Amino acid sequence: MSESAITITNLTKRFDDITAIENLSLEIGWGELFGILGPNGAGKSTTVNILNTLLKPTDGSATVDGHDVVYDPEGVREVIGVCPQEPAFYRFLTGEENIILMGEMHLVPSDVLKERVKTMAEKIGMEDHIKRRSKDYSGGMIRRVSMLMALINNPKIALLDEPTVAMDPNSRRAVWDFIRELKAQGKTVILTTHYMEEAQELCDRVAIIDNGLLIEIGSPSELVEKHKVKNLEEVFLKLTGKKLREAV
Amino acid sequence: MNLRRILALTKKELKKTTREPAVLFLLIIFPIMITFVFGLAFGGIGGGTATSFDVGVLNLDATSPQADWSLAFVDNLTASEVFVTHAYSDNDSGHSALIQGDLDAFIIIPEGFGDSVASYYGSPLDPSAWTNSTIELYVDSGSQMAVSAIPPLVKEVLMRTLFGNDAMTIILPVEIGNLGLVESSALTQWDFMAPGIFAFAAIFMTMIVAQTMTVERDEGLLKRLRTTPASSADYMISQTVSYMIIALVQVALVLTSSFVIGYRPATGIAGVAFAFVITFAFSLVAVGFGLISATVSKSAESATGVSFVFIMPQMFLGTFMPLGGATEMISKFIPSKYVTEAITTLFLRGAPMTTPVIWIDLAIVSVIGFLLLAIGVILFERYGSR
Repeated sequence: MSESAITITNLTKRFDDITAIENLSLEIGWGELFGILGPNGAGKSTTVNILNTLLKPTDGSATVDGHDVVYDPEGVREVIGVCPQEPAFYRFLTGEENIILMGEMHLVPSDVLKERVKTMAEKIGMEDHIKRRSKDYSGGMIRRVSMLMALINNPKIALLDEPTVAMDPNSRRAVWDFIRELKAQGKTVILTTHYMEEAQELCDRVAIIDNGLLIEIGSPSELVEKHKVKNLEEVFLKLTGKKLREAV
Repeated sequence: MNLRRILALTKKELKKTTREPAVLFLLIIFPIMITFVFGLAFGGIGGGTATSFDVGVLNLDATSPQADWSLAFVDNLTASEVFVTHAYSDNDSGHSALIQGDLDAFIIIPEGFGDSVASYYGSPLDPSAWTNSTIELYVDSGSQMAVSAIPPLVKEVLMRTLFGNDAMTIILPVEIGNLGLVESSALTQWDFMAPGIFAFAAIFMTMIVAQTMTVERDEGLLKRLRTTPASSADYMISQTVSYMIIALVQVALVLTSSFVIGYRPATGIAGVAFAFVITFAFSLVAVGFGLISATVSKSAESATGVSFVFIMPQMFLGTFMPLGGATEMISKFIPSKYVTEAITTLFLRGAPMTTPVIWIDLAIVSVIGFLLLAIGVILFERYGSR
């Protein structure tokens, strides 16, 4: 096991003349629940997509469990579980079949797979719906199944890109509990979110990014204390100059 | 590359075929439907039944003293079993029925028909003593079969009327030997079309592949798979294997449906197995064209349209449509043509398995299939998958 779960060094990503991330450096430790916050277009998803090997950086480097995202993408994919911002799933499969398919991609042993789906579905409140076709799911159910698809391989590092968007409060609470349990199991979780109360509630540390630049990093309580405000949302407002609603 | 991943992705693709109504229709129900529809329309039922023609008859000599001859001619037309005769009382209604497609032919027996026959029998060796008359025969020009088959058959019935069965046994110094096309009269149009149905059914896989790839790309499924240890090779192989399996199912369905409506290919088990093999190889062509269509398409809807660029020429120049001249030349560049040619050689002509042309056809389809698949995979990976 490498020293840090994730090491990002001077990472830059440009799309033609647009700089999505500039000179970003982060060190995320094992077992840490780390939030990446920022307005739309700040570079959160770009960072996650470099870490999950979908994008290649223009400059700098990133390693996940010691595997370089450019030179050893296969090694990275072995240790991560990715919950994308837009939940991608096969509509003609049941929730269970979608999750099992992802498990098969990670070569999770067949005898473990079904049992694990059952246990995880119970934990996230999907046990009554898991055998239904995905096309009949509500938005909240789709997001929960998407989360299980990401975590069925029991990854060391989970990359969750806005996993609770458009969820009702009950579903969101169920997902929060699930994320807390991941942390309790010692997993490293990278969480991007627009919900400041979610970050404050869950994250050990957060990084606030704006216009591709890292503008603040620390634990929610440290940041609140440092900026002498009431909560993380006010820290965000103070640093980015944008209200959360504008940011979203 | 990992076998378990390939199997899981293949299983996923096959589940789609049975669960998505549009895919199920196009890949499974459509081949059965088209076999039944074309089989029924083109004489497949009870394959081997002789074709019959609806013929209108206006007998203008029915009331003359020599009417027996014209009546005997009409009786013989009916007795031939090739013609179903319908009596008409005037010229206009007969022509109208022919124009509207109710008849394949319209025959007008002239006044004086009986007198002509009688004058012949009065002086069989003196043509100058005969009273000549002409039977008018109108044939539906829209039916190639009617144009070529009806005139000689009517002439044969006329000869039988004038000379009786002896007409067939008149000894001549020159005679035609036995025809080589044994039982050719028992073939229906369906027998000529059936071999083309195998390629026809498989051609539409191109559209499904194109739609699948664009949907999986647009909905982020390809990206999601890319974040797992599954490789592009796992995915592409699973896609190809899925459609190869579907091609085999299609051949089985077309064969079974054809059998149900009476089609009996003039080949044995080996010939039938060959049909499976060449269609299996042809599925590579369909997947290749599907990938190329997906590469240049921005959405599933446009992929459907683009795929028809590849589907249409194959449908019209490589299956059961009659070709000639320039189209015959163009068809040499159409992969489905070789599938149809090989299956026709076996199923219609009853050629043995040692016939070189079927193996050449298989080699051509396989080489084109692998080439198109390679081109499709490279193009899609490079330009179409993101």
